[in-house]
Amino acid sequence: MIYLDLLLTFLKVGLFTFGGGYAMLPMIRDEVMAHGWMDQNELIDFIAVSESTPGPFGVNIATFVGTRTGGIFGGLCATLGVVLPSFVIILIVARCYQKFKSNKLVIGAMNGLKPAVVGLIAAALLSLSQTVFFPAGWSVSVFGTAQFYVSLGIFTAAVVLAFKKLHPILIILLSAVLGVIVGYAV
Amino acid sequence: MKQIQKTLSLLLTFMKIGLFTFGGGYAMIPLIQRETVENKKWISDEDILEIVAIAESTPGPIAINAATFIGWRVAGFGGALAATVGVVLPSFAIITAISFVLSAFQDILWIRYAFNGIRAGVLALIVKALWSMYKQSQKGIFAYLIMFGAFAVTAFLPVNVVFVILFCAAAGIVQALVVGRRNKR
Repeated sequence: MIYLDLLLTFLKVGLFTFGGGYAMLPMIRDEVMAHGWMDQNELIDFIAVSESTPGPFGVNIATFVGTRTGGIFGGLCATLGVVLPSFVIILIVARCYQKFKSNKLVIGAMNGLKPAVVGLIAAALLSLSQTVFFPAGWSVSVFGTAQFYVSLGIFTAAVVLAFKKLHPILIILLSAVLGVIVGYAV
Repeated sequence: MKQIQKTLSLLLTFMKIGLFTFGGGYAMIPLIQRETVENKKWISDEDILEIVAIAESTPGPIAINAATFIGWRVAGFGGALAATVGVVLPSFAIITAISFVLSAFQDILWIRYAFNGIRAGVLALIVKALWSMYKQSQKGIFAYLIMFGAFAVTAFLPVNVVFVILFCAAAGIVQALVVGRRNKR
């Protein structure tokens, strides 16, 4: 039952990701790959789409994965799944947020969660980098391919521009233009 | 009557916020501030800081957390529902449309080349996000242990991310209790 699977999977994503945005990436990567809904390349491509369209990453990817695997109703189930935990939890917390905010257990849990998210994103980044730089797996022969150096060049330029606070959409556009130029030139 | 007006206004305002913020998450906070504090005067600047703090320590997308919270404050359960539906609706409509055409584009040669470039660019965006989250995170031995442990376990072992998250939250609670007890003595 694809609809129930989409709903439950994205409920889990909505319930266990703290921090929003890229903090959701490790969990989403885990789930979409375990279900065979997307491969790593498709996931990276969709991050670019999500950065270039309005709305939160979590909602965008839920809608996309849901629609692709189960049509519009699938999209609805996945989106409902990712939104529902936030909605319910905020409604509960909103009534007592002063207490919630200064609760020792909540603060303690956050002290564990924030660095965990950093480690989790680093692991997801490592895995996604392998797909981009070493598409055929780790091997020395990669260093003889043009694609490797092209990706490395674009990546380095994009890192510099990202830290210079260039808007993400411009970075994606620029990477796309470079990709097209190099694609026809090589 | 006033309640219905407020609810409708929440729906439209959050649709606008959902439609005009690219990238999601923290990128939405300035627009939420402008619309709900400056334009509608539903909440105060202090409330915005409050909302960010709460959104950070509750699960799920920050935009959803903020929409639900503000909606509830302004018009109760109906308001929360209206604001949340509003902020989701533009994404949902746009991505649904895109998902039907994206696969058709992917066979065109120059678009394939474009995505070859884009993939490297996206990695850079993740590096940037990783760096900002590292800066926001606590420093110190405990935090570094958690960071490295979470990284090593998920990168090199077939462990479900949920378990890592639950374990790290539990470790944080234990650490807080131990430090709290030590300080009492």
